[in-house]
Amino acid sequence: MKKVKALQAAMVACGLALTGAVFADGHGGPSAEALSYSCAGCHGTNGLSSGPASPTLAGMPKSVMIETMQGFKSGDIPATIMGRIAKGYTDAEIEKMGDFFAKQKFMSAQQSSDAMLAKKGAKLHDKYCEKCHSEGGSIEMAVEDEVGVLAGQWKPYLHYSLNDFVSGKRPMPKKMKKKLETMHKKEGDAGIQALLEFYAGK
Amino acid sequence: MSKFTRRNFLKASGAAAAAASAMSASTFAIGGAGKKVVVVGGGMGGATAAKYIRMMDSSIEVTLIEANKDYYTCFMSNEVLSGVRDIDDIKFGYTGLGKHGVKVVHAMATGIDDAKRVVKTSAGDFGYDRCIVAPGIDFKYDMIEGYDAKVAEDIPHAWKAGSQTVTLRKQLEAMKDGGTVCICPPPNPFRCPPGPYERASQIAMYLKAKKPKSKIIMLDPKPKFSKFGLFQEGWTKHYGYKGQNNAGGMIEWYGTPKDSDDNVLQSVDAKTKTVVTGFNEIKADVLNVIPAQTAGKIAKAAGLTNDKGWCPVNGKTFESTIKKNVHVIGDAAIASPLPKSGYAASSEGKVAAAAIVALLNDGKAPTPTYVNTCYSVISEVDGAMDGISVAMVYAWDEKSGKIIKVKGSGGLTPSGKDRDADMRAREVKYAHSWFENITADTFG
Repeated sequence: MKKVKALQAAMVACGLALTGAVFADGHGGPSAEALSYSCAGCHGTNGLSSGPASPTLAGMPKSVMIETMQGFKSGDIPATIMGRIAKGYTDAEIEKMGDFFAKQKFMSAQQSSDAMLAKKGAKLHDKYCEKCHSEGGSIEMAVEDEVGVLAGQWKPYLHYSLNDFVSGKRPMPKKMKKKLETMHKKEGDAGIQALLEFYAGK
Repeated sequence: MSKFTRRNFLKASGAAAAAASAMSASTFAIGGAGKKVVVVGGGMGGATAAKYIRMMDSSIEVTLIEANKDYYTCFMSNEVLSGVRDIDDIKFGYTGLGKHGVKVVHAMATGIDDAKRVVKTSAGDFGYDRCIVAPGIDFKYDMIEGYDAKVAEDIPHAWKAGSQTVTLRKQLEAMKDGGTVCICPPPNPFRCPPGPYERASQIAMYLKAKKPKSKIIMLDPKPKFSKFGLFQEGWTKHYGYKGQNNAGGMIEWYGTPKDSDDNVLQSVDAKTKTVVTGFNEIKADVLNVIPAQTAGKIAKAAGLTNDKGWCPVNGKTFESTIKKNVHVIGDAAIASPLPKSGYAASSEGKVAAAAIVALLNDGKAPTPTYVNTCYSVISEVDGAMDGISVAMVYAWDEKSGKIIKVKGSGGLTPSGKDRDADMRAREVKYAHSWFENITADTFG
């Protein structure tokens, strides 16, 4: 153990980073890597999902990850399986996962987008969503503003989320509730579809 | 300094003593060459472990020994039987692993000399510092009179996906309307506990659409099975199931009470497609016999199995408790309470990979964490989308030296009055997304 610690100290001094997975000392619980690697079966290697219903976690702001996992844990956010899984982790472990995924590089999902609908979606986004999800819901601004990533996220996943918000099953911030409900009242489900096509095209 | 890799640094610095002491243990790492790991078996566990070792420490040389050029996933192979998926949709090659720097050798492993640290294969010997054995399962044909590997070509078990999956699909397609499909699930423990019951569901979905006068009879040597309530609820809803041990629905399930041999398979007559159990005799049009199972052949040849045919391991590192420096993962390992599932094998592969990387760097095995997520698709036609799942988070308990379920986590999809049709439809989509991601995580 001493040897490892000495090695770690020497390497840190030289500016070399060691992965927690390799040199975790066994007393602090599983490393951020170990915890996050076990998400990959459903969310892709390092959180880059290739399954349309499962969101990409790579690049997700830490606070969003923590809020979402805690929401699953408490049952506030409706879920099929995530509630059962989130209950398996301590607050500290969820923090570690948040750190890990925030460091991973986000990439837009490869999916089709209807250009006509996307055009309409762009307008709706500007009117109802841009204030908080700025620059078209981009990853860069999501990180800066600590909000969910919309541009390039999987369409079916976003569809489930928006349906849950609109139906009242999933709680949301007051301002978002007002905007989203107004949008849905005026534009209906077609409005949601247009937004989805807009984000899918980014 | 910034150009130093970890390996170079170890060589250059005074801390090389640490590295040298670890290296001296092996005859195959003389002169400061990279450490060597040989992985035997390129299924879910083996392929995942190989990839993740390279992801965690690219100075380690990883060789994967796998007999076949392609791997067919067992999960979702039931969708090939129902015609939802093509066999090529569950086929995966090894070029993705090559991109991670894994050396893939298509050869048959024949033995392991743990004293010399050598894996013997049909393509020669491969030295290792640590070895991972991920052999999957083998079948205990001798427990069923009239059934063996050759008969299984005509009366497929299809419990390793591939050519037998295609054979079984063809037999279902050729069957007349009004025919009888008989499935004989295996006794515990076996690969993919909900698999036989998802299989019945998927076949029923096909028959309901194309051959509605047909039926499926399951003769089970067990009193109950995985997702017991959920499957029966689904069968009742979609396929007119009339309850345990009752005829009348498209699916009939006959179990075996404890200390009885009611539906324990005794013999198979391949010519007449007749099976005989302790109590029943069924003549089928399509017969699917899934034999009792044991760890894959190489595990036994390498002396890694116990008297029951499975491999005891330390759940923290998956190192064999019989042979040092050899780790066993996946279906072959005794990793209870983790099930013998693809997701568990993947999770075990990552735990073993992290342990091996730490140990080869003269560190201590890190604290593991494990997950299982398992979907079954009962029905997936318009208006009747019904997916179910079981999940669990596991932890290592240092005190007892055992893998334990994390309290409060996991469990089954809600059923009965808590059944939610919208959520069931989503679970079908999640199951398919799960398939995309777990296969990309393993082979990509």
